[in-house]
Amino acid sequence: MRLSSVFSIFVAISIGVLAGCTGGGASKDEIVFGEYGSMTGSESSFGISTHRGVEMALDEANAKGGFNGKKFKVISYDNQGRSEEAVTAITKLITRDKVPLVIGEVASSRSIAAGAIAQQYKIPMISPASTNPKVTQLGDYIFRVCFIDPFQGKVMAKFAIENLKKTKAAILRDIRSDYSVGLADFFVKEFKAMGGEILVDTAYSTGDIDFKSQLTNIRSKKPEVIFIPGYYTEVGLIARQAKELGLAVPLLGGDGWDSEKLTEIGQDAIVGHYFSNHYSQEDTRPSVQGFIEKYRARYGETPDSMAVLGYDAAVVAVNAVKTAKDLTPASLRDALAATKGVPGVTGEVNLNEHRDAVKSAVVMKVAGPKKYSYVTTINP
Amino acid sequence: MSAPSQNAGFLKQATITAVFIAVLWGVDQLLQIGLNPYYVRVVVNCGIAAILALSLNLINGCAGQFSLGHAGFMAVGAYVSATLTTVYPAGEFFQSPLGVGVAITIGGIVAALAGYLVGLPSLRLKGDYLAIVTLGFSEMIRVCFLNIPAVGGARGMNGIPVHSSFFWVYLWAALAWVFFWRLLRSGRGRAILALRDDETAAEAMGVEVSHFKVVSFSLSSAFAGIAGGLFAHYQGFIDPQSFDFSRSVLVVIMVVLGGMGSLSGAVLGAVVVTVLPESLRVFESYRLIIFPLVLILMMLLRPKGILGHREIWEFFPRRAK
Repeated sequence: MRLSSVFSIFVAISIGVLAGCTGGGASKDEIVFGEYGSMTGSESSFGISTHRGVEMALDEANAKGGFNGKKFKVISYDNQGRSEEAVTAITKLITRDKVPLVIGEVASSRSIAAGAIAQQYKIPMISPASTNPKVTQLGDYIFRVCFIDPFQGKVMAKFAIENLKKTKAAILRDIRSDYSVGLADFFVKEFKAMGGEILVDTAYSTGDIDFKSQLTNIRSKKPEVIFIPGYYTEVGLIARQAKELGLAVPLLGGDGWDSEKLTEIGQDAIVGHYFSNHYSQEDTRPSVQGFIEKYRARYGETPDSMAVLGYDAAVVAVNAVKTAKDLTPASLRDALAATKGVPGVTGEVNLNEHRDAVKSAVVMKVAGPKKYSYVTTINP
Repeated sequence: MSAPSQNAGFLKQATITAVFIAVLWGVDQLLQIGLNPYYVRVVVNCGIAAILALSLNLINGCAGQFSLGHAGFMAVGAYVSATLTTVYPAGEFFQSPLGVGVAITIGGIVAALAGYLVGLPSLRLKGDYLAIVTLGFSEMIRVCFLNIPAVGGARGMNGIPVHSSFFWVYLWAALAWVFFWRLLRSGRGRAILALRDDETAAEAMGVEVSHFKVVSFSLSSAFAGIAGGLFAHYQGFIDPQSFDFSRSVLVVIMVVLGGMGSLSGAVLGAVVVTVLPESLRVFESYRLIIFPLVLILMMLLRPKGILGHREIWEFFPRRAK
């Protein structure tokens, strides 16, 4: 085939497709939200679950009649798990598709990258699952429907004192991770405020393998619980070495523990310990069980935390449309900022003055290989 | 050649340069008012990709070496320049457009040094082996940045001053074009081309093979670093994931698709590889099936790349002079 024909094929494809998508934008009987997420790439399960949650929430809102006869719709773009793609996707949603509100992302790094664009154009953005405090600090147009990292510290402090009745704690934090350090700081603050005592506060680094010196030090102080706000790899190893050293006190952690790898690495040494998470499948409240049932019927899978948070994000968005005085982004922002008592899957969603959700967290107990059992719900 | 005609030539070139810069600036202003910001973003991304493709073209297309590590050099430029403007020394000067320009240039120089380091092992290695070394090197660079808390680690760096624009990106792209164009038509450029065509023959003719390999690696890396710096100061955010293996592969695709050794081919490849996935966005998840499919079809139909070794204007009949 000659060059001219190859070239014309390419030109025809790109012009045709570009022309095809320029027709987008909201028609009069639809309210169109934008969504960007990692639908492909190594974190594709995050993006796909979130999108399913969003779809379910919008379909339910439409089944109830939508808003003033208008149907809710979502335009969803993939960012392949890359921040520069997230920036391009949100620019397209805002300037080309002219959506009044954007939902995304799960990963805090991509929420921060794209959130700067949303703030620049003054279009409200709701992150379903970014827990890093910096996300909503980008500006007054950025919201989230999950709790932030520091809250988990508070949750576990409350759980240790009120549920486990332990008042003497040791801390083993990952000095290299913002997430772990933040969590540890808030745990210490809350634990002391509730009358607890921190006997020892020691550290390790991501990638460490041997924790015996820290654990021996901790053992000599005889704490009643150990708070380890790290990620599952190190936590698994720590649990095994703690058991070898005969440290038989409960270990506590955050959602960084939530991985199938946790029990693979920690084996039976990790069983019986506790961590905080966003939601539990075993939560018996009707809102949770009802959601799981509907989700299974539609997608044939059990929803994960991301699906739940995607659903909550869309419910909050729909509520903002219903309570806003008009549909301009500025009014939607004001309505979002005033979000109070919106019924999400895991309880009512309330946004505080920092535009973060004030939400309950669940405490899970490691029950066996890849099995966690629900212990309790801690309210803020 | 007499002195007056040299002067005239210089004046002519200076005028062309000034007019070009003025036009570029004018277009930049027009784009800011007239064109949708999303399209502006795609156009600027094309420019950054073009600098990357032009620079990789020197190694892969002209010198005949096979590098799979371009993202690594881009990362060096991006992180060095962004560190200067955001972390240390930051300050008023480095936050200003001029300071950002200086930071991007420094980023390019540091990337050139990194390229020199990679060029050294390439003296002994060829083909697949060199590809593996460069790939390993770029992954090393990425993992280093991943583990430096001062530059954000895995969370990435945000709050980078956004001062790259259409104007700056295309000015650098034009500079890259002129630089590589003049280089390939100089004695040194011919020596680099000779490496590709027949290394043994080139050496027999007195071409210092190792010297020119290292030179081409350093020059190529310098522009990759500049592209990285422009990228960082356009996105306002970088994380190590932006410079992973798949970006290196994308740049290789640009060069191979456009035609190895052809400057206009590299630019055309960069535009195709940038615009095509964007235009396929409407297909949602399927776009990552359609995009490679189009690439496969193009390579089947034009195995030497769209333009092959030639430049784009060589396809059109020359007008009589």
